Amino acid sequence: MAERILDVKNLKVDFHTYAGEVKAIRDVSFHLNKGETLAIVGESGSGKSVTTKSIIGLLANNAEVVGGEINFHGEDILKKSEKEMQSLRGKEISMIFQDPMTSLDPTMKIGQQIAEPLIKHKNMSKKEAWDKALEMLKAVGITNPEKRINDYPHQFSGGMRQRIVIAIALVCDPEILIADEPTTALDVTVQAEILDLMKDMQERVETSIIFITHDLGVVAGMADCVAVMYAGEIVEYGTVDEIFYNPQHPYTWGLLNSMPTLASDKLESIPGTPPDLLDPPKGDPFAARNAYAMKIDAEKKPPFFKVSDTHYAATWLLHPDAPKVTPPEEIVRRQKKYAEMMAAKNN
Amino acid sequence: MKKYLLKRVGYMALTLFLVATITFFLMKMMPGSPYANEAKMSATQIKIMNEQYGLDKPVWQQYLIYLFGMLHGDLGTSFQYSNQPVSALIGNRIGASMQLGLQAMIFGVFFGIIIGAIAAIKHNTWADTGATVLAIIGKSVPNFVLAILLQYYIGLKLGWFPLAGWGDFSHTIMPTIALGVGPLAETARFIRTSMVEVLSSDYIELAKSKGLSRFEVVYHHALRNSLIPLVTLLGPYTVSLMTGSMVIENIFNIPGIGEQFVKSIMTNDYPTIMGVTMLFSAGLVVVILITDIIYSIIDPRIRLEGKKG
Repeated sequence: MAERILDVKNLKVDFHTYAGEVKAIRDVSFHLNKGETLAIVGESGSGKSVTTKSIIGLLANNAEVVGGEINFHGEDILKKSEKEMQSLRGKEISMIFQDPMTSLDPTMKIGQQIAEPLIKHKNMSKKEAWDKALEMLKAVGITNPEKRINDYPHQFSGGMRQRIVIAIALVCDPEILIADEPTTALDVTVQAEILDLMKDMQERVETSIIFITHDLGVVAGMADCVAVMYAGEIVEYGTVDEIFYNPQHPYTWGLLNSMPTLASDKLESIPGTPPDLLDPPKGDPFAARNAYAMKIDAEKKPPFFKVSDTHYAATWLLHPDAPKVTPPEEIVRRQKKYAEMMAAKNN
Repeated sequence: MKKYLLKRVGYMALTLFLVATITFFLMKMMPGSPYANEAKMSATQIKIMNEQYGLDKPVWQQYLIYLFGMLHGDLGTSFQYSNQPVSALIGNRIGASMQLGLQAMIFGVFFGIIIGAIAAIKHNTWADTGATVLAIIGKSVPNFVLAILLQYYIGLKLGWFPLAGWGDFSHTIMPTIALGVGPLAETARFIRTSMVEVLSSDYIELAKSKGLSRFEVVYHHALRNSLIPLVTLLGPYTVSLMTGSMVIENIFNIPGIGEQFVKSIMTNDYPTIMGVTMLFSAGLVVVILITDIIYSIIDPRIRLEGKKG
């Protein structure tokens, strides 16, 4: 079995606001294996970014981890001091941000920005770091790097800037790369290039990736495992095939169903809005928007039901006593395909 | 760069020409004459005096004569100070004003940046509140009040520094503080605002995610970006401080240019008014040019040639 490098257990994060405690992350557990890519999927405000910010230790000032552990190589990083976290950040765990247009310092040469973590973490001289920065620029596909290394961010296009951000994040060969919607702000054609580059670089530096996105289309090509988040909780967890072709949670159904396909002539959406996390609902948080909700959903929160060794979903529909329901047409089609895939595999 | 500078110098000359022209005619429209006891003078006396000073000619001729003189570096002769040339008059006094202004500016900006940065880093804590209160006090207390307080408590009671006068460095300390508190407060307020904004930007988040310490994040990334808006403010401020603060110079009995300027206006000392005005204007246009150059050094997005980057 693959080596587990990150193990998040029962993470709970609150935000202190004037209106009260916002329970942004409510009992989230998952793990990350070496060299794998885990996609965290969910709509805005579901807690994807907050989860990853807790891992890198850069939560907002008014946020507080109120429970759980984040074990990195067996050590709970929530117990580490700020100083210890600084030596981890950029070296073992690094991050790519959503908008490359604003995530580079406009007044510093990009070469210097790439060299900075090396000087900080690897005790390199300025010259050595500069040479390594040049090497990184080549690796991420910047043409004419000898000249461009002296340029400032405004002299690059959005896609090029994201390549530079990737170079910064990977320059110290980190164990974990957190990518917070790294392609959302880019053109579709550039998106594909950046995703290819990320996969390419992942092999080169042997890093594990936590990939945050609300775009399921991106997930299919990138991820090994997928965690679907809703209202501060993970509602379904499985391999990419399991989530795409054998989804069990009605929320995952909704997400998949709202993806445009060649066959669909109209775009589906999930009705309603996520619950207010100032006062989270008692039962299943998705119940109010769920066409398949049962009485118990309003009363009691569903536990995780095991679908396979790698696949779990928190919905009462998986309870043995639950009535059989027929998911949306698109999901039925996918599940059929999954059955064919499994059959082919077993033969 | 060369072409750009040449163009800028051309514009500067044009600006100064316009200032000279407008000031000259405005000045001529001021009521009164340069003579202290005009009522007691006979018409003949006035006529002779006017002839001597060239005031009998039509205004446009006076204007041309003045302009011609200025082009040759001759600013005319002062009326009130026993026929001293204006250039000598200014030359004798500009040194003290410039030294004081520059010191005040350096003092104000240096401490202003430190206080403003601390306030921004400790945003919404007691340190922030303290810095803000300090800035408001610094901005609202007139500098002459502060000057008198300094004179009384530090100069007279403690006797640390000389009360007034002009001599060695110790003479400059109290006026520098009195003059510098204004820019200090302004700078602190400015840096705080712009740094709070910079600190919440994405590139600061990225800098933190590199594992840099708080000090490194501020020193390497936040400070330079926060300074950009301050540069605009500092140019004109520097000029007005360097060309003298009349009140402070008066209180500390400093032979500077500010006092001179007021007196020359009161007595219709035309050549001196023109001379000091031209000095102010020249200082301002030069400082604006320097500001633009500093801008391009701090912010690589600004290129002086105006070419596409």
